[in-house]
Amino acid sequence: MRVSVTVNGQNYVRDVEPRLLLVHFLRDELRLTGTHWGCDTSNCGVCVVQLDGVPVKSCTVLAVMADGHEVTTVEGLEKDGALDPVQEGFVQCHGLQCGFCTPGMLMTARWLLDRNPDPDEGEIREAISGQLCRCTGYENIVRSVRWAAEKEASV
Amino acid sequence: MSTPMGFGRMHRKEDARFIRGRGGYVDDVNLPGMLYGAILRSPHAHARIVSIDTSAALAHPKVKAVITGETLAGLNLAWMPTLSADTQAVLATDKVRFQGQEVAFVVAEDRYSARDALELIDVEYDALDAVIDARKSLDPDAPIIRDDHEGRADNKIFDWEAGDKATTDAVFAQAEVTVTQDMLYPRVHPAPLETCGAVADFDKVTGKLTVWCPTQAPHAHRTLYALVAGLPEHKIRVISPDIGGGFGNKVGIYPGYVCAIVGSIVTGKPVKWMEDRSENLMSTSFARDYHMRGEVAATRDGKIQAIRVKVLADHGAFNGTAQPTKFPAGFFHVFTGSYDLRAAHCEVTGVYTNKAPGGVAYACSFRITEAVYLVERMIDVLAMELGADPAELRMKNLLRSEQFPYTSPTGWEYDSGDYQKTLQLAMDMAGYDALRREQAEKRDRGELMGIGIAFFTEAVGAGPRKHMDILGLGMADGAELRVHPTGKAVLRVSCQSQGQGHETTFAQIVASELGISPDDVDVVHGDTDQTPFGLGTYGSRSTPVSGAAAAMVSRKVRERARQVAAAMLEASPEDLEWAVNESGGAWTVAGTGAGKTIQEIALAAHSSLELPEGIEGHLDATCVYNPPNLTYPFGAYICVVDVDPGTGQVKVRRFIAVDDCGVRINPMIVEGQVHGGLADGVGMALMQLMAFDEDGNHLGASFMDYLLPTAMECPSWELGETVTPSPHHPIGAKGVGESATVGSPPAVVNAVLDALRPFGVRHADMPLTPAGVWRAMQGNPIRTDLAIS
Repeated sequence: MRVSVTVNGQNYVRDVEPRLLLVHFLRDELRLTGTHWGCDTSNCGVCVVQLDGVPVKSCTVLAVMADGHEVTTVEGLEKDGALDPVQEGFVQCHGLQCGFCTPGMLMTARWLLDRNPDPDEGEIREAISGQLCRCTGYENIVRSVRWAAEKEASV
Repeated sequence: MSTPMGFGRMHRKEDARFIRGRGGYVDDVNLPGMLYGAILRSPHAHARIVSIDTSAALAHPKVKAVITGETLAGLNLAWMPTLSADTQAVLATDKVRFQGQEVAFVVAEDRYSARDALELIDVEYDALDAVIDARKSLDPDAPIIRDDHEGRADNKIFDWEAGDKATTDAVFAQAEVTVTQDMLYPRVHPAPLETCGAVADFDKVTGKLTVWCPTQAPHAHRTLYALVAGLPEHKIRVISPDIGGGFGNKVGIYPGYVCAIVGSIVTGKPVKWMEDRSENLMSTSFARDYHMRGEVAATRDGKIQAIRVKVLADHGAFNGTAQPTKFPAGFFHVFTGSYDLRAAHCEVTGVYTNKAPGGVAYACSFRITEAVYLVERMIDVLAMELGADPAELRMKNLLRSEQFPYTSPTGWEYDSGDYQKTLQLAMDMAGYDALRREQAEKRDRGELMGIGIAFFTEAVGAGPRKHMDILGLGMADGAELRVHPTGKAVLRVSCQSQGQGHETTFAQIVASELGISPDDVDVVHGDTDQTPFGLGTYGSRSTPVSGAAAAMVSRKVRERARQVAAAMLEASPEDLEWAVNESGGAWTVAGTGAGKTIQEIALAAHSSLELPEGIEGHLDATCVYNPPNLTYPFGAYICVVDVDPGTGQVKVRRFIAVDDCGVRINPMIVEGQVHGGLADGVGMALMQLMAFDEDGNHLGASFMDYLLPTAMECPSWELGETVTPSPHHPIGAKGVGESATVGSPPAVVNAVLDALRPFGVRHADMPLTPAGVWRAMQGNPIRTDLAIS
C-alpha cells in the first residue's frame, strides 16, 4: 500500500506492506533509528513518537494508519541547531544512562510540557507511567522534566 | 556546570548522541545486502525431536537458508561450551530441554519474511515428562534431562561447600538461640530494554568475521568464537556498539549469535538476528532461582555467633552460569555479610531443570544478591525471635572499623569499612525513632506500616588472576593511553559500558592523573580490534579493574613525561615534582619556578628534542591491571512501606540509601547507578517473577506478565554517602554498579514483613504481590515459583 507520511516536517511516500508497523517504517524504511523497539506488547514505550502531536507507541500503530498524518520523532526535537529544553534537561539532570528509553521519554516529556507547562512530580510520573526505564529508577527523569519546565518558564 | 579537572559532577559525554536519537545500537547496524534471521523455538519444556521438515520454509520466495541442528552437527557446531564448562545446544538435535529452546534458524530477505517462514517449519515432537520443581529434580524417578552426558543417572550438577562445617556445627550445638528459615530468591530476569541480537558479517575474501553484538565482554566473546568455531582469533572482530542496558543479560554467548555467524558464512551475506521480547525473557540469562535454608546461632542477648546455609540452586537445562571457575556458586559464600561472627558454613547443590539456562545475571555480583538477601532476612528473623529492634541488632553485630582488613569465616578479606557510621547516617536521614513511633501509633489504629533495614557488603572487581578466571582466561584487564603531540589523549579499555558512563568517568580518571581536562580525553571501548584484551564489564568490575588500569597507565605516561621534562629542563628526573594547579598538570624543578606542562612535554616528546639514553620518544603507554584483591563496597538501606490491609497492596513510601563505594569519581553518575538499582529492588521484591506451570510453560514471557516497576511504583529516592577508600585500589574507588540491586530487595521485604508483624508472619517469599501479601496475612504464604501452589 502507498503511504504518505510527514515525519519531522518532511514528506515521505513509500509502498509498504499493510502489516508494517510504524516503528519499523521509521527505522527500516526511513532509517530514523532514534526511535527504538523494546517489547511486543506496548508495555515498554521505547518506541514512543508523536502522531499529530500526541504520544503513541509506534509498535502498536501500523504505518498505513499514519498515512496523511504528521509524525515527530526524537530526531525532530532539535530545531535549527538548538536543543529542545527537554533534551537539555536530560543532560543537566542525568536523566539517561544507556539511552535506550530516552527518545520515547523525551517525546512524552515534550507533549506533557506542551499541555502542562508546570507539572508537579506526580504529574510527571503519571505522564511517563506507560514507559519503562531500567537504568535511572525514574528519579532523574522526573528532575529532567522539571528542569525543562523551569527553563521554559524562565524565557 | 564548569568541567572539573578531575573528579566531580560532570555532565556525560555520551549524552550528546543519545538525546538526539543518534546512539548506535546493534539493531541500528544496516549493511548492504544484509539478511535477517529468526529462530524457531520449542513449545515444549522437554520433548524428543522426531523429525524436522524445512522444505516448505525453504520454498518461501524470500528465504535464503534454513539451518537446523543437523546442519550445525555437520560443522561440529550443534553444541557449544558454556561459561561453566558444560555444553549447551545451539540448535537442538536430540531433545528440547526447555520451553523456548532454539530449534531452527531461518535466514530471509527481511525480518517479517523470516518470521513468516518459521511457521512453515514442521517439527514433530515426542513430549516427555518435565522437571520443573527444582526440589523434585533429585527424586529417584525424576526424568534425566541431560542424557547427552554419557553415564549420567541424575540431574545433579555439583555439590559445593565453603566455611568450616565442624566449627559451625559445634557453635550451633551450644547456642542459646537458633532460628531457621526457608526462603526462595525466585527466578527473575534483568530485562534490559534492548533485547539481545547480533549482526554477523563473514568476508570470504579476507576471511575476516565481524560480529556486532551488544556484549558486556567483547574480548571474551572473540576468544570463545575462535575456540568454538576454529576461526583464527585475529580474523575475528567483535564490535559491541551502544548497549541498551545489560545488567548481566549480555555477558554470555547465545545460540542466536552463533546462528547469525553460521548464517553469514552459509549465505555469504551479513545476517542480522534480533530476538523479540518473549525470546529474551524465555531463553536468555535469567537470575537467582536459589532455594535457601538459613540458620543463625546467637546468644540470648543478641550476639550472632554462626550462620549455616543450605542451597538448592536451579541452573536450568544447561549449566550456563557465568562466574570465576573456582566458584560454582559464584561469590555466594560471602553470605556472612557485614557481621562479626565465629563460624559459618554453606552447602550448595546445583541441579538441572527443564528451564532456560543461566542464573548469574542481573547486577548480582556473582550471587551476592542471594547472599545478602539471605543474611539480611535472617537478621530480621532473629530480631523477631529475640524481640529485638532490627537496627539495634545490626548495630550490635556489625564489623567495627578497627577490624579491617577483616578475614571472614569463609575466607574473604574485606578491604575497608566503617559500617556503624553508615548505618547511623541512614537512621538519622530516615528519622528512625520517629518512624517507629509513627508505626506504633498506626498499629493501634489498624494501619499497616513497615520499616525495613538492610546492610550489605559487596565483593566486586573480580579479580586476582591467581584465584579468578573464566574458562581459563584470567580476570586482569588492559588499558592503553595514547597522548597526541598537542596533549590530547585517547584511552582504550577492555570493559564495555551498558549505560554506566565510562566515556565520562574514565576520561575523568585520566584527566585527574595527567592534569588535563576530561574534554581532552576520548575513551575507546567495545571494539576488539581497537582495544586491549580484558574480560569486560559485569560484577561491578569496570571501576575496580579497568578504572584502576586507567589510573595506572596514566601514571606510566606521567612517569615518561617526567623523563622528557627532565631533558627539556636540563634537570635530573629525581629533582622534578608533579603538581596540578588550575592551569593543569606540570613537572617542575623543586624549589624553582621552572616547569613544563603536560602539553608542552607531549609536544617535546614528539619533537627532535634529544632524549637521554634509554628514553623513548612519545608518551604512549600500556598496562595490564591484575587486582590484588576484590573491593568491598557497602551500604545501609532503610525502606518505609504502607500496606493496604484491605487489598495487600504495598506502597513504598520512602527509601533511604546510604552507599559507601569508596572514592566517587563522578558523584552524579554514582547516584544514578544507585537509583536504578533501588528500582530493581522494588521490582524484585514486589513485582518481578518468572514462574512456571507444571508442564514447564513460562508464565512471565512478556511485559504483560513479567511486571517491571514504573515511575508510579518508585518513590523519590533519598541518598546519602560515606566514603571509605579502598586501600589497595589506585584511586581508592570500589565500584557501585550493583550495590543497590544487591542491597535493596531485603530492605523492601523486611519492611513489608515488618508491616505484617501484627499477623505473626515471619517470612513470605518475593515477589510480595497483593495476592502474596494477602495470603501471608491469612497465615498461608504461597510458593511463588510455581503456578500450582
